[in-house]
Amino acid sequence: MDLDSLYQEIILDHYRNPHHAGLREPYDAQVHHVNPTCGDEVTLRVQLDHGRVVDVSYDAEGCSISQASASVLTDLVIGQPLEEALVKHETFLALMQGKGQVEPDEDVLEDGIAFAGVAKFPARIKCALLSWMAFKDAALQAESTAKEANDV
Amino acid sequence: MEGLLTDLEVIRKDFPILERELADGHRLVYLDSANTSQKPQVVIDTMVDHLEHHNANIARAMHQLGAESTQAFEAARDKVAGFLNAPSRDEVIFTKNASEALNLVARTFPLGPGDRVVITEMEHHSNIVPWQLATERTGAELRWFGLTDDGRLDLSNIDELLTPQTKVVALTWVSNMLGTINPVAEIARRAHEVGAVVVLDASQAAPQLPIDVQAVDADFLAFTGHKVTGPTGIGVLWGRTELLDALPPFLGGGEMIATVSMEKSTWAPIPHKFEAGTPPIVEAVGLGAAIDYISHIGLDNIHAHEQAITGYLLDGLASVSGVKVLGPLDPAARGGAVAFELDGVHPHDVAQLLDSRGIAVRAGHHCAKPAHKRFGVQSSTRASSYLYTTPAEIDALIDGLEHTKNYFKVG
Repeated sequence: MDLDSLYQEIILDHYRNPHHAGLREPYDAQVHHVNPTCGDEVTLRVQLDHGRVVDVSYDAEGCSISQASASVLTDLVIGQPLEEALVKHETFLALMQGKGQVEPDEDVLEDGIAFAGVAKFPARIKCALLSWMAFKDAALQAESTAKEANDV
Repeated sequence: MEGLLTDLEVIRKDFPILERELADGHRLVYLDSANTSQKPQVVIDTMVDHLEHHNANIARAMHQLGAESTQAFEAARDKVAGFLNAPSRDEVIFTKNASEALNLVARTFPLGPGDRVVITEMEHHSNIVPWQLATERTGAELRWFGLTDDGRLDLSNIDELLTPQTKVVALTWVSNMLGTINPVAEIARRAHEVGAVVVLDASQAAPQLPIDVQAVDADFLAFTGHKVTGPTGIGVLWGRTELLDALPPFLGGGEMIATVSMEKSTWAPIPHKFEAGTPPIVEAVGLGAAIDYISHIGLDNIHAHEQAITGYLLDGLASVSGVKVLGPLDPAARGGAVAFELDGVHPHDVAQLLDSRGIAVRAGHHCAKPAHKRFGVQSSTRASSYLYTTPAEIDALIDGLEHTKNYFKVG
């Protein structure tokens, strides 16, 4: 069993020193997601400005994979147009669901390619996806809030 | 080591899966028996034999196979009744698992506004959620026994909790997370003083303690087949005849009726009133074989083995710096499931590292979130032994934990 392909050095670095951790103001939407099988939890906030993700802040409790994944997520999406951020979400999701057969695109996923090995450990895929699913949920809520505000 | 089963190596040969080689040539070290136990050859063979030679539906097939299948199914009921020391075999109701058994009681027991149900903070979700649903549905009140810092039931406010309003006291005999063995006979005595019925979740107790429903004066008791070396898909609800007779049916369907007309149906007597539809026949037969198997070894001997292994496990865990055990530290006060934290490494990662060495443990909240919350822990790693567990397997776990610490560069 190739543990080192799961626990890449990049993942362990992000786990030990997570980027953009903590909950910050202001935010357009906040969500709370859990992994019901293990109890891992994340509270995640998204702030948009004119269709751009200007901040993602989070409070996560969980294993190395889920914590590192949240850290990598924030690196990848903060500062990006929402559309770009959602493309990265799709790309990461495809990598995780690819059963280890998907070649990761470093141009899109950067440090996220370190999670390629996770796809070979079915029990851990949910860990890697927890914060990504929370991000998509919060981002879409934030977007619809912004649209409603514009409609008024 | 005192207390170990003397023919442990012979017993291990009864369990084919223990020969299993996992990735990288590691021999299985199975320390997840509180989750589900492994199955001895005799259980597997009994089920195969039933399917190969005796398969038919029960209680309605008017042919030889039907008679054989019915006899095998009902013989399993007799074995369960003996296993529990039940006064009557008709008090044994087959369900699909312990959750269904507990739901049966929670769903049918008469409750209303002003009534109270008391459970405990150390319950498995299967003995929490049905009572939350029942009290929400009926307007009854749900109250909880708390826990002491060392993982026992806090009975200091028992007089406040158990009042004439209290209709049901539902609690686990042995905690699946803390391992605590609860004083169920004493709690039953106090509950009966106020006229409440006692529902015992024996899912963790049945594999490792002699169960005597009369000695502890229980009113209902639930356990599941797959933790007592039997198959999945079969559980048991035992209840006192007069209580079961008074409850309305749980599920409607075939085999649970006396007669059906377009206007109205009447119910079969217990146990069939609560066994709608074709039951898990071969699973019940397998459970019967499992009960024969563990009864042959002897529940007292199994309990002594579990205590010896658990004591050795607790000593081993105490030798690993950064390990904190949740629950009582006295092996005599607990069962064979030990949950712990390893400082600096999340339980998922602990379990992953151990799995890479063939060591199977459970990581998470073990369906006991309130108990974890009580101790300020989000999740834990749990090692649980059974009658086939050896001291060498505990050594492998302890080595694996040191390896885990090295891998994650903690401690």
